[in-house]
Amino acid sequence: MASVLLLAAAGAAGAALLALRLWVVLRSRAPGPRQSLSLLVVAGSGGHTTEILRLLEKLSNAYSPRHYIIADTDEMSAHKINSFELDRADRDPNTMFPEYYIHRIPRSREVRQSWLSTVVTTLYSMWLSFPLTHRVKPDLVLCNGPGTCVPICISALLLGILGIKKVIIVYVESICRVEHLSLSGKILFHLSDYFIVQWPALKEKYPKSVYLGRIV
Amino acid sequence: MADFRFPRSARPLQHTWRPLRHIRPLRFGLGTRAMKCVFVTVGTTSFDDLVACVSAHDTLQILRSLGYSRLVLQIGRGKVVPEPLSTESFALDVYRYKDSLEEDLQKADLVISHAGAGSCLETLEKRKPLVVVVNEKLMNNHQLELAKQLHKDGHLFYCTCSTLPGLLQSMDLSTLKCFPPGQPEKFSAFLDKVVGLQK
Repeated sequence: MASVLLLAAAGAAGAALLALRLWVVLRSRAPGPRQSLSLLVVAGSGGHTTEILRLLEKLSNAYSPRHYIIADTDEMSAHKINSFELDRADRDPNTMFPEYYIHRIPRSREVRQSWLSTVVTTLYSMWLSFPLTHRVKPDLVLCNGPGTCVPICISALLLGILGIKKVIIVYVESICRVEHLSLSGKILFHLSDYFIVQWPALKEKYPKSVYLGRIV
Repeated sequence: MADFRFPRSARPLQHTWRPLRHIRPLRFGLGTRAMKCVFVTVGTTSFDDLVACVSAHDTLQILRSLGYSRLVLQIGRGKVVPEPLSTESFALDVYRYKDSLEEDLQKADLVISHAGAGSCLETLEKRKPLVVVVNEKLMNNHQLELAKQLHKDGHLFYCTCSTLPGLLQSMDLSTLKCFPPGQPEKFSAFLDKVVGLQK
């Protein structure tokens, strides 16, 4: 009986410590100033990729190297990213070879997948996401809501919790979301450092979010 | 992987010589009216009701009466495939997908689209008058949020298949408000600041 109590107490203490550590990581600000930083972009699939590439259009070359994560079956996104990077290099005479990498992971959630199986597949992609995030060790994670971004952001947080590296997580809710956050948005609202929305109605509902007008 | 491309400076010279006869004749010379074109797009989905409705005899009559002489349909995965048509006064073209719809959007004088965010935004950015047709068979489609809002802000017309012919006849394109471009530079300025990037 006593050992069960002891175990429960230890568990509770562990959870409390983890929560405290999470809070500390989320509160901490990454060190600056800096000259350049590595960027991990979760491109996901379909419209999300188009949208996030438009966000990247005006970013300076200080955001380098750029790592992209796409769903493993998503050739369309790979194609869009390649042509985006080549165009960018073309416009800028200083870059001979753009420094970017494309990584692939399985989709964490197909459209219309049930909740329970979503949990299982998300855990599975978590298992794959962490080694990838750990290898890249980005300074900044940028995402706009494909299912894949949840395990990546949690992995990035984990790097902070374990004291390996503080990763800044920036979430930009898709322009499609006018009044309601996406599922990824609802989860990452609590876990991101900066949460950007693009419509005033969302800013009203979520006062902690950042509203810069329409940015895509 | 996309094809490797030379950086601009190192690209081999192409098109250095071209015989004169390849110069395209001026198509819209004095006295000839430009062909007005309607472009219908359903994106990567299928939207048979819309394709059937737009290519129906009555709708074609309405389009002609409004001065359109060309109809281009991008039908995606749809099962309804209208017969292409090419007469002196009217042309109808059909295709499923293209790598980029940009050219067709650019040529269009009116765009009729499904409610997909990508199609809506791309059309509005090209400053083309847009009619969004909602697919009533798709419930809880989150993409509707955007189309509804853009309609509320006066940037596009919004209807269902059954109300499309009526709308085409009654709408006044000059009432549409211009859609201001997005400002990604605001995002980059914000990001530079919060990550502590030194200029």
